[in-house]
Amino acid sequence: MAATLDAQVPVRPAAGALLSRAVREGGFAALITLGLSFPILALRTEQNMANELVLVPRWSWVALLCIAVFIARFVQIYFDNKLTRTLLVLGCFTLLGGLGRAVNAAFDGFAATVFTIGLLLLIAGMVWERRVETAGVTTPLSPAAKARWAVVTRYAGPVALGFLAVYPMAMLALAGPGGSIKWIDNFGIQILIYVMLGWGLNIVVGLAGLLDLGYVAFYAVGAYSYALIATKVIPETFPALGVWAFWVCLPISGLLAALWGIILGFPVLRLRGDYLAIVTLAFGEIIRLVLINWVDFSNGYAGLSTIPRPSFFGIPFNASDTGFAAVFGLEFSPIYRTIFLYYVIFALALLTAYVTLRLRKLPVGRAWEALREDEIACRSLGINTTNTKLTAFAIGAMFGGFAGCFFAARQGFISPESFTFIESAQVLAIVVLGGAGSLVGVVVSSIALVGGFEILRELEFLKQIFGESFDPAQYRTLLFGLAMVVIMLWKPRGLVSTREPTAFLKERKTVSSSLVKEGHG
Amino acid sequence: MEVFLQQLINGLTLGSIYGLIAIGYTMVFGIIGMVNFAHGDVFMVGGFIALILFMVFTAWLGVAVVPALVLVLLLGMVLTGLWNWTIERVAYRPLRGSFRLAPLISAIGMSIFLSNLVQVIQGPRNKPLPPMIQGNFVLMGEGSTTVVLAYKQIVIMVVTVVLLAVFWWLVQKTPLGRAQRACEQDRKMAALLGVDVDRTISITFVIGAALAAVAGVMYLMYYGVVNFSDGFVPGVKAFTAAVLGGIGSLPGAVIGGLLIGLIETMWSAYFTIDYKDVAAFSILAITLIFLPTGLLGRPEVEKV
Repeated sequence: MAATLDAQVPVRPAAGALLSRAVREGGFAALITLGLSFPILALRTEQNMANELVLVPRWSWVALLCIAVFIARFVQIYFDNKLTRTLLVLGCFTLLGGLGRAVNAAFDGFAATVFTIGLLLLIAGMVWERRVETAGVTTPLSPAAKARWAVVTRYAGPVALGFLAVYPMAMLALAGPGGSIKWIDNFGIQILIYVMLGWGLNIVVGLAGLLDLGYVAFYAVGAYSYALIATKVIPETFPALGVWAFWVCLPISGLLAALWGIILGFPVLRLRGDYLAIVTLAFGEIIRLVLINWVDFSNGYAGLSTIPRPSFFGIPFNASDTGFAAVFGLEFSPIYRTIFLYYVIFALALLTAYVTLRLRKLPVGRAWEALREDEIACRSLGINTTNTKLTAFAIGAMFGGFAGCFFAARQGFISPESFTFIESAQVLAIVVLGGAGSLVGVVVSSIALVGGFEILRELEFLKQIFGESFDPAQYRTLLFGLAMVVIMLWKPRGLVSTREPTAFLKERKTVSSSLVKEGHG
Repeated sequence: MEVFLQQLINGLTLGSIYGLIAIGYTMVFGIIGMVNFAHGDVFMVGGFIALILFMVFTAWLGVAVVPALVLVLLLGMVLTGLWNWTIERVAYRPLRGSFRLAPLISAIGMSIFLSNLVQVIQGPRNKPLPPMIQGNFVLMGEGSTTVVLAYKQIVIMVVTVVLLAVFWWLVQKTPLGRAQRACEQDRKMAALLGVDVDRTISITFVIGAALAAVAGVMYLMYYGVVNFSDGFVPGVKAFTAAVLGGIGSLPGAVIGGLLIGLIETMWSAYFTIDYKDVAAFSILAITLIFLPTGLLGRPEVEKV
């Protein structure tokens, strides 16, 4: 947290003055931390046997936290070089982790290893600092390195696509049918759903510049459309459709979501910026609350189950004689359905990206971007802002609906729990953190946020430090909120923040987005 | 009639709490034009601080309930103010002058962070306290249709009125309040005239959080329970109150809070309790769409 109070001092003051300033600032930060953590971290409320609340003190935690904050702030002020800072802070934190282990459990081999790593990091930091002091300031990227980087970025897209196309097969070959399900489902499909949602929302937020905090509503519309049609309408009215349910409902879900995009978009046409964000949030919550309370329609909190799974274009994935495995002469395994689902969402996501890229070249796409940059200028030029905004809402919602339909088919069960505000915030975070308007940025931030948190589940070694009751997965949302703040502070324009103009005279000049005035939408 | 009067009392009590939170939204919006999305969670943190402090005073130090409540109120205001001061310093100040949505997104992240931080360090379960203040006046009626004014409701309303008076004096009569209003009108000009803008904005956040902390204490006293997720819905309702009253207007925030409290209780009493949050969210949407300046707000001038 101290990393944000960065004051770049151009000339280094005398070492003594700097030291005392660093100590002072560090002490101040530690004092603030003490004040913040005094009641809420130091004393945990727990229920005893008689169901009464009792306080459990945790002063050692507060002490460790204050020391950590002091060190981070001290290092940040006292040392100029980024690598030095990182090494020193990491070293100190590792040492504190070892200390935590020693306090919570015992000073055993594990704690000793952690201590050693921490000390090594500290020594490395000191050595690096000495090198920086003797050799002077390190040079920025050389032209040759920049040229190499340009080559990397040019081929990154096709390589990534190729990788995604062979990913499930490669996983199957590497981990076998049993072990690969987790990798294809939790990482592959999960990330691709968010990539698709991010690309859909990107049309509304990134291209048209309309901040939508209720995008999950359209995701919910798509999911419930498929679930309700497939479980109630099709078996009664069109039983012949049977195995084709998913393929018939996919376009219907998208269209219904687009319709809702227009219905909800229409009243908010006059609003901009923060107000628009809040109203879309309200709409998203209203839809969720209606789904919870209108039990006859949506079955309330209990949700809808036994939603039919997608078929391989008419061939179901089951163990029967007409199932996928039997028809293709394979041994039955649930992995085939997972792999198929992976390719379905991969294709849907690619469709979203393709449509976005094509739309940007059409007048409506240009109008979206014009609207994002300056609404008043846009109106002065005779662009119909009503239609422009509504198409953005409708098309964005449609892709949300497709993703929702897929989600329902993949889970086989949906409930309002899956469509909370936090989902909207997550998708919005993916778009904004990736750099609004950038398709590649959405992929990068989806992998970082969704994949990163999936990996968090796997980090068993943290339990060794913090004790057995420590569950890394519960820090998922906490870290997600923190990541939103930190990335905003670090790169307010997102990770991929350069803009390629779609319309240009003579040559295509890439504009750094910090030069673009934006944000009135 | 009895039902109506009873709901009126309940609605005004609830409305006082919303009004106290709404002031934090409206002041911050007035001074830096930003929806402080994390304010509802600051209120929740205030509630937790109050809970823990109350237990420290009564269970550990053996203070009687009433002096303990006064101490909790004062200390809670200071500590919650410190929280909001830190949040502003760390998450919003570096983004001032950045593009418009950056602070909003940072605030959303902060809101998620705060509620989950409390979930992680205090546990996900409801935290119930035995009732602090019991007893009530029976105003009229007998049997099952009485109109009851509970002591805790009197405390809530009295504390709210007193605090609002103090706060009103602070904003209208002190140099601090003058600086604050100057920054609201024109930050650059205020800076040229020697007002420390950063400090004034910090103090605005601290005051907003202090009032939210009071709301947290009142909430804890009224419902006797607090949970890590209690920030979101009251936060949105208080924001609705601020918008309904006219964002940027302090009396508007209080009036809006009372209105939202009344609408919520009346809706629950006469229609259906299931859809009371839908009602609040609908009012938010309707107000923003049809009456964006609210009841007492100034119209926003669009500059090209």
